[in-house]
Amino acid sequence: MTIGHVVDGDWQELERSWADPSGWRRLTSSIDHKTIGRRYLITAFAFFLLGGVLAAVMRLQLARPGHPLVGPDLYNQIFTTHGTTMMFLFAVPVMQGLGIYFVPLMVGARSIAFPRLVAYSYWMFLFGGVFLYVSFLLNAGPDVGWFSYPPLAESLYSPSKRADVWAQLITFTEVASLAVAVSLITTAFKLRTPGMTLNRIPVFVWSQVVTSFMVIFAMPAVMLASTALILDRLVHTHFFDVEQAGDALLWQHLFWFFGHPEVYIIFIPGSGLVSTIVTTFSQRRMVGYLAVVLSLVSTAFMGFGLWVHHMFATGLPQLGESFFTAASMMIAIPTGIQIFCWIATMWSGRIRVQTPMLWILGFFGIFIAGGLTGVMLAAVPLNTQLHDTFFVVAHFHYVLIGGAVFPLFGAFYYWYPKIAGRPLGERLGRWVFGLLFTGFNLTFFPMHVLGLHGMPRRVYTYLPELGWGPLNVVASVGALLMAAGVVLFLVDVLALGSRATADAGANPWSAGTLEWATASPPPPGNFLHPPTAGGREPLWDNTPAQPVVTGLRTDIREVLVTHVLDAEPDHRQRFPDPSAWPLLTALATTALFVGSIFTPWAVVWGAIPVFVTLVGWFWPKSAGDAGTQPWPIRSRTLPRPGEAPAAGGVL
Amino acid sequence: MSAPAALDVRHLPAGAFGSRSLMWWATMGVVLIEGTVFGLTIAAYFYLGMRAPAWPPDSVAAPDLRWGTINTAILIASLLPNELTRRAAERVDLGRVRWWLCASVLFGLAFNAVRALEFTALNVSWDRDSYGSIVWLLLGLHTTHIVTDFLDTAVLTALTFTGPIEEHRFVDVEENAVYWYFVVLAWLPIYGVIYWVPRLT
Amino acid sequence: MLWTSAVVFVVVVGGVLLALARGTRRGAGETPTTPDSSLHRGIVISTVATTVVLIALLTASVWAGRGVASQRAEAAVSIAVTGHQWWWEFEYEDALPSRRVLTANELHLPTGRPVVVKVTSRDVIHSFWVPNLQGKRDLIPGMTTAIWLQAAQTGRFRGQCAEFCGLQHAHMAFDVVVEPEGQFEHWLDQQRAPAASPTDGLASRGLEIFTTQRCGRCHTIRGTDAAGQAAPDLTHMASRLSLAAGTLPNSAPHRRAFVSDPQATKPGTQMPSNPFTDQDLAALTAYLDTLQ
Repeated sequence: MTIGHVVDGDWQELERSWADPSGWRRLTSSIDHKTIGRRYLITAFAFFLLGGVLAAVMRLQLARPGHPLVGPDLYNQIFTTHGTTMMFLFAVPVMQGLGIYFVPLMVGARSIAFPRLVAYSYWMFLFGGVFLYVSFLLNAGPDVGWFSYPPLAESLYSPSKRADVWAQLITFTEVASLAVAVSLITTAFKLRTPGMTLNRIPVFVWSQVVTSFMVIFAMPAVMLASTALILDRLVHTHFFDVEQAGDALLWQHLFWFFGHPEVYIIFIPGSGLVSTIVTTFSQRRMVGYLAVVLSLVSTAFMGFGLWVHHMFATGLPQLGESFFTAASMMIAIPTGIQIFCWIATMWSGRIRVQTPMLWILGFFGIFIAGGLTGVMLAAVPLNTQLHDTFFVVAHFHYVLIGGAVFPLFGAFYYWYPKIAGRPLGERLGRWVFGLLFTGFNLTFFPMHVLGLHGMPRRVYTYLPELGWGPLNVVASVGALLMAAGVVLFLVDVLALGSRATADAGANPWSAGTLEWATASPPPPGNFLHPPTAGGREPLWDNTPAQPVVTGLRTDIREVLVTHVLDAEPDHRQRFPDPSAWPLLTALATTALFVGSIFTPWAVVWGAIPVFVTLVGWFWPKSAGDAGTQPWPIRSRTLPRPGEAPAAGGVL
Repeated sequence: MSAPAALDVRHLPAGAFGSRSLMWWATMGVVLIEGTVFGLTIAAYFYLGMRAPAWPPDSVAAPDLRWGTINTAILIASLLPNELTRRAAERVDLGRVRWWLCASVLFGLAFNAVRALEFTALNVSWDRDSYGSIVWLLLGLHTTHIVTDFLDTAVLTALTFTGPIEEHRFVDVEENAVYWYFVVLAWLPIYGVIYWVPRLT
Repeated sequence: MLWTSAVVFVVVVGGVLLALARGTRRGAGETPTTPDSSLHRGIVISTVATTVVLIALLTASVWAGRGVASQRAEAAVSIAVTGHQWWWEFEYEDALPSRRVLTANELHLPTGRPVVVKVTSRDVIHSFWVPNLQGKRDLIPGMTTAIWLQAAQTGRFRGQCAEFCGLQHAHMAFDVVVEPEGQFEHWLDQQRAPAASPTDGLASRGLEIFTTQRCGRCHTIRGTDAAGQAAPDLTHMASRLSLAAGTLPNSAPHRRAFVSDPQATKPGTQMPSNPFTDQDLAALTAYLDTLQ
C-alpha cells in the first residue's frame, strides 16, 4: 500500500456500478443496503400503525365497563395481534432496519455484508407480516396471546388454524432477524474502514453488534418452541400436553428464555440511539465510552439470566426465585451506568435542544420510570400481586415506548435529513413530541394504579362495580392524544417533509460519525474514497492529513475487508450485482412455511422450490463473479490466516 | 489546501481463506445459531426426562444401538475426506478437490441412508408421549442438517466439474468443509443423549 | 419500594435536567470546563450508590418473601382448587370422605386460621388470585402446588382468574367470605348436606326437568340423579352471593336469564342456551330457588 496523494476518482463510474436497477426490477432485485433499510423502516412503521389501530380499538372497548364494542373472540384476536405485531413486526425489524441502513455508513463501508441475504430477510419479514394480517382479516388471526401458552394453544382448546398462524409467523420473523444479525456482525467486524480499531467503533454500531449476538442466542429458543407447538398440533407430538408426560412449563421456559432477551434486543439499539444523539447534541465525545460499551455487553449477558421472573406465579422453589430476583435487579446497574455516562456527557457539553434531543429527554423521563417499576416487579412478594395485571402493562410500555420508541422518533428526526436529503421542520416535530409524551403518560400512568386495584390483563370487559371505569377513561383519552400525535407525524413526514426543497447538506447537525461524511442521501456505493478513522468521532478527530482509501475499483462492486481487531486493510472483495434470487427464495420459503401448517408433507414438497432457488442464488454466472482469477490457476493469490500476500499479490 | 493523503489498497488480494473471509463469518453465524438450537433441544430432553416418572417410559426400550453407532462411525470417518477436501481447497488444487468432494458425497449418501434406518430403530413413535416426541425432534433436527449439508456439498461438487470456476470458489469449498465439521461434531453429544442416556437412567 | 423508587426517579431525572441546564447555558465556542476525572468520579459514585440501593431492595424482597412463604401450621384448613374454563371447583378436604365439601365459585374462610390452597387445573392454565389476601398462584394442569394464606379480618372479598384462559377469562371470578370460626363451621355443615327434596309442585316439576333434560349431564345436585362433573356443583347454589363465576348477582331474575341464555352473559361459555318454555323455566327456577 502506498501513501501518496489522491488521484481524482470517478464518482459516476462508482454510481453506475452500485446503482439499483431501474423500474420494477428495482423492487425485485435491489440489494442496496440503503434501499433495503428504507423498506424495512417503512414496512415496520406500517405495522406500527396497524398495531396502533388495534390498540385504539382495545382502548375504546375498555373505556367503559360492560357494553363491549367487540365480543371476546374478536378482542382476543385483537390483543394477540397487537402484541405480536409490536414485538415481532415493528420493534425488532425497525431497529434492524436502522442497523441495515446506518451500520455500513458508520463504519465507512460501501455495502453491508451479505447484501442478498439482507434482501431475502426483508421479503421474509414482509411476507410473514402479510400472512398474519391476511389471516386476521379471514377471522383466523391468532387469539391466545403473543406468548401463546399451551395447553390453551394446543389443538384441544384451540382447534382452528389460528395458533398455527402465530407459530409460523414466529418462524418467518426469526429467520429474517437471524439473517440480519449475521450480516450486521460481519459488517461491523470485517468491513470497518482502516483506523477504526475496536475502541473507535461508534456506540450505535456496538449496540447493533451486541443486539445481533443476542438475536443469535435467543431466537432459536422461540423457533424451537413454536416448531414444537406446530408439531403437537399437526402430527400429535406431546411436548406440552400433560396427558402424555408433556409439560406446560417447558413452553414457558423456552419462550421466556427468548422473551426476556427479546426486550433487550429492542432496548439496546434504543440505548445506542440515545448515545448517538446525546453525543451529537452535546457536541462532546461520550464520557465513559468504555463503560458504555461494557454496559451493553454485560446487559446482554445478564439478560439471558432473568427469564424465570416471568414465571414467579407458577410456584417454583424459593431459592431459584431469589436468584432470578437478584439478577433482575442487578441488570439495572449497567443500564444505570449508561444513564450516568449520558448525564455526564450532557453536563460537560454544549447542548442544543433541537427535536432529536427533545425525544431523548422524553426517553429519560419515561424509561427511568419504567426501569424502576421493573425493579419493583423483580421482588417476588410484589410480583405475585402485580403479575398479569395492568401494572405490568404499564411497566413494559414505559420501558419499551420510553426506551425504544422515543429514541426511535428522535433518531428519525436526526437521520431523516441524511436519508431523504431534506430537513424536517422543528416546529411540527415539537408538537408531535408534546402530543406523544403527554398522551403516553396519560394512557399508561393510570394503568399502574389499575393494576394495584386488581385489574387483570387480557380481559375484554369488566364489571362496573369494580370501580375501574374512571381511570380507564383517562387511559383511553390518552390513547386518543397518542393517535393524534402519530397522525401529525405522518402529516409532517408525508405532506410537509416531501414538499421541503432545501438541501440538508452532508452534515447538518455537525455530528462526528462517518455517515455524515458523504452526501445526503448517500450515493450508490456510499464512499468513493472512504475516509479512514483518526478517532472515535472521525469527523471531529480526523486531521487534514488523515488518509482516505484509494485503489478500490469503481468499475465493479468492490468492498474493502479489514482485520477484526485493528481494522488494518486485508483484502478486496467483489460484491454481488443486483439479483432477484432473494425474492424468489423468499417466495419459495413462504410457500413451504404456509403449507406446513396444513400438512407435514409441505415440508418435503416445499423444500424442492427452496432448493432450486438457492441453487439459482449461489450458482455463479461467470468465472469472474467473485473478482478472482478464473481457472486455470497457476498459483494461489488468496492468502490464508497468518499469511501476508507477497508484493504483486502472488504467493 | 492540499488533497488528503491516500491509503492505496489496489495491490491487496481479491479475497482470502479461513477466518479472513466473509464466508467464514457467515458459516460461524450458522454454527452459533444451530448449535444453540441443538443445545436447547438437549436441555428440553433433560427437562422432560426429569419431570417424567420413568425415562424412557415403562415398556419402551431404549433405541437400538446398532444403526446409530454405525452411523456415528460413518460420520466420523467422513471427516477424513472432508479434511482432505479442505486442504486441497487451500492449495487451490482442483483435481484433488474434485476427488475428495466426490468421496464426501459418497459418505453423505451413506450416512443419510443409515439415518433413515436409525429412525426405524428408535423403538418409539413420535406421537406416543413426550419421550417419543423429543427423541424424534432431536434426531429430526440433526437429520435436516445432514440432508442440507449433503445437498449443498453435492451442488458444490457438481460445480467443480461443470464450472465456471475461479479462485474464490476454493474459499467456498473450504467453508463448506468447516460446516461439515460442525454437523459431524454436533452429532456426538446428540448421539450420546439419544442412545446412551436412556441406558444410564 | 414505592418511596425508594420515587426518590431515585427524582434524583436521576433531576440529574438529567441539571445537566441540561448546564449544557444549554454553555455558549457555542466555549470549551467544556469539567475535567474528565471529576465526571468519571461522579459516574463511579452514582454506580456505587445504585448498587447499594439495589442490594438493599433485594434483601428486603427476599426477607418479605420468606415471611410470606413461612405461614404454615397444623390445623390448617385445606382446600383443593381445580380450575376449569371458566369456573372454580373448590373442595374442602377432610380425612373422612363423608365430611368433604364440594362446591363452586364461592369460598368461605375462617378468620385467624391458616389456610392451605392446593391448586391445579383440569384444562388450561388459570391463576388463583384474591388480591386482598395473597399473591396469585397459577393453576397448571398436570401439577399441584400449594399456597398459604390467612385472613385476619372478616368481610367479603373478590377473587378472579389472573392467567388468560380463553373466551371468558374476563368472567371467571369467585367470592370469598371470611367469617368467624363458628359461622364457618356452620356453613360447612350446610354445604355438606344434600339438597332438600322440593315440597311444592312447581319446584318438583323443576327437579324433573333438571334431571330429564341435559342439565344433569354436566351439573351435580347431591341428593338427586344429577351427577355431571363438567360444570359447577349446584347443590347449594341459591345460597351463593353471585352467579356464573362472579359475573351476575345471584337473584331470581338473573338465575332465570342465565339458565335460558348463558351465551348472552358469557359468550363462548360451555353451557349452551336452553330455549325452555315459560312454564318450564318458571318450574326450573322455582326448583333452583330451593337449593339454599
